[in-house]
Amino acid sequence: MPTTFAAKAKNEEWNASLTSEGALVRWALIALALGYLTLFLFVPLAAVFAEALKNGLAGYFASFQDPDTLAAIRLTFLAASLAVPLNLIFGVAAAWAIAKFEFVGKQILITIIDIPLAVSPVISGLIYVLLFGAQGWLGPWLAEHDIKIIFALPGIVLATTFVTVPFIARELIPLMQSQGREEEEAALTLGASGWQTFTRVTLPNIKWSLLYGVILCNARAMGEFGAVSVVSGHIRGLTNTLPLHVEILYNEYNAVGAFAVASLLTLLAIVTLVVKTLIERKSAPSRATQDPEWRMQPGSPS
Amino acid sequence: MSIQVDHVTKRFGTFTVLDDVSLHVQTGELIALLGPSGCGKTTLLRILAGLERPDHGRILLHGDEVTERRITDRRVGFVFQHYALFRHMTVTENVAFGLSVLPHAQRPSPGQIQKKVHDLLSLVQLQAMADRYPNQLSGGQRQRVALARALAVEPKMLLLDEPFGALDTKVRKELRRWLRRLHDELHITSILVTHDQEEALEAADRIVVLNQGHIEQTGTPDEVYEHPATPFVYRFLGDVNVFHGRIAQDEIAHEAADRQHPAEAGSSDEHEVTFVRPHDLELSRSRTTTTQLEATVRFVITAGSRVRLELMSKDSPQTIEVELTKERYRELRLQQGDAVFVHPKQLQVFKMPGP
Repeated sequence: MPTTFAAKAKNEEWNASLTSEGALVRWALIALALGYLTLFLFVPLAAVFAEALKNGLAGYFASFQDPDTLAAIRLTFLAASLAVPLNLIFGVAAAWAIAKFEFVGKQILITIIDIPLAVSPVISGLIYVLLFGAQGWLGPWLAEHDIKIIFALPGIVLATTFVTVPFIARELIPLMQSQGREEEEAALTLGASGWQTFTRVTLPNIKWSLLYGVILCNARAMGEFGAVSVVSGHIRGLTNTLPLHVEILYNEYNAVGAFAVASLLTLLAIVTLVVKTLIERKSAPSRATQDPEWRMQPGSPS
Repeated sequence: MSIQVDHVTKRFGTFTVLDDVSLHVQTGELIALLGPSGCGKTTLLRILAGLERPDHGRILLHGDEVTERRITDRRVGFVFQHYALFRHMTVTENVAFGLSVLPHAQRPSPGQIQKKVHDLLSLVQLQAMADRYPNQLSGGQRQRVALARALAVEPKMLLLDEPFGALDTKVRKELRRWLRRLHDELHITSILVTHDQEEALEAADRIVVLNQGHIEQTGTPDEVYEHPATPFVYRFLGDVNVFHGRIAQDEIAHEAADRQHPAEAGSSDEHEVTFVRPHDLELSRSRTTTTQLEATVRFVITAGSRVRLELMSKDSPQTIEVELTKERYRELRLQQGDAVFVHPKQLQVFKMPGP
């Protein structure tokens, strides 16, 4: 009925007028936000692609012919493909324990999971140097047994894993806490085993948050600079990940190469954001109850 | 299947939730565990299901001890207050869940499962909702799905944890009558946990009144309502007027015709307290005997099937609640401020410790 529509529109207008400002204030605020975003986000983003394409598409693609660059891409994917599954298993296990059970030291565990967010990535890298480096606690023993951790793949994977520990766990904890234990208890009373309960009740309920956490975790794992920089040793073609490779190319005044590689990381970030938005839309109803404070973005490499 | 609870004690930290509780439920009975929140009724139910472990005592199902047995082996149907339906499954998938997690050898064929789910959905009158998700159903519908899901595994006993607690009054009333009819059809030994005395009185064969971790009284609805064993049960099962001290004793209790003495005359540190239900008080406009209590009408509520009055006695500071039939109220033609004389038709006296 048109009358009710009109009344509804009128009510909405009235409700809106309670909290909205005048037109001038509104435009000023929008302009301010846009200007800020342009200066700090859009211009740098555009600059990455502009610099990368300065010598044309041929120059851009030539940058990826370099064997060192290809090695860096391979290493980055390898490190992420190890760090993300490790954190996937740990994140689900930790969130399960924290959300569904009461135990002594629960708060301490939650705090410990957050440590990688609070500590500078450089420090995270240094911890591993202190532990496994030639002068470190376990250094002599490792040297004796010819095990290389620092300045080698294990060190890079360790540092990447450490830095990305919180992402999946923190994504899952509030969701699993808000869902409670009743569905699992119901499954158990219906005769399901522990594993059946997990795969058929728990996992389907958290799948979107889990995927979201994996994507954030992956973005951070591939983009991590600080911690990896400390443990990698910057050996070209061997221990250079993509972010490290960008720095090396740039320091050699190879701007096109540096920005071409950087554009890869940027594209990864854009893809991550698109997928993230899609997941958020898909899982909107089940996420509605979550506390926004728990929401995290992929940390920018420091 | 009969259920035997044998001296069960459960503590959470220093708080004793269940204190040496013993209970026997006959095969096919519908028992209501009634009590205020925090009285331990849900904990007792969860112990029966195997969701909690008792600190002391044993649980016997059909004579077999199951205290240490896992939930999965107990074959209980559990219905949760907040339904606990699997939110990512349709109604059909929810009901079929218990059958689909059976080991291969025992699992019915997909066709058999389909048929069973269909039968159960017609039993709970939800065939039309088979392909909906839980969040597309009303609360009452969800609880019926939860019940169908619990019944699918053919449990030997049905445990219902405040199943209608989250529903509005009208739906609650409908559902508890429906549950009673369903129980009369299926005869599954059932325990219904509730804090709603009306629900317990209406649906159960026997009522177990729990308070602070121990059983106050066990009996049929008539027994616990008409002959409450303790002051707590008297108070919990309906409105009540409590008269302390000498005035009430002299004027009402001592002269009452059908006075009962549940306890022997006590020592000097006990005193008598009189309990009278609001509908057991009779009013008259003029004094007919010397034992009547004089009071003034302070407030009248006429809406509803009966008329409720709030009286104020000259001799005691507390208000007296009276419930009259509409006919009696019209006969008396009472108005706010009128003087009336109060006389109990039925009352009960308890000895309470302390002055």
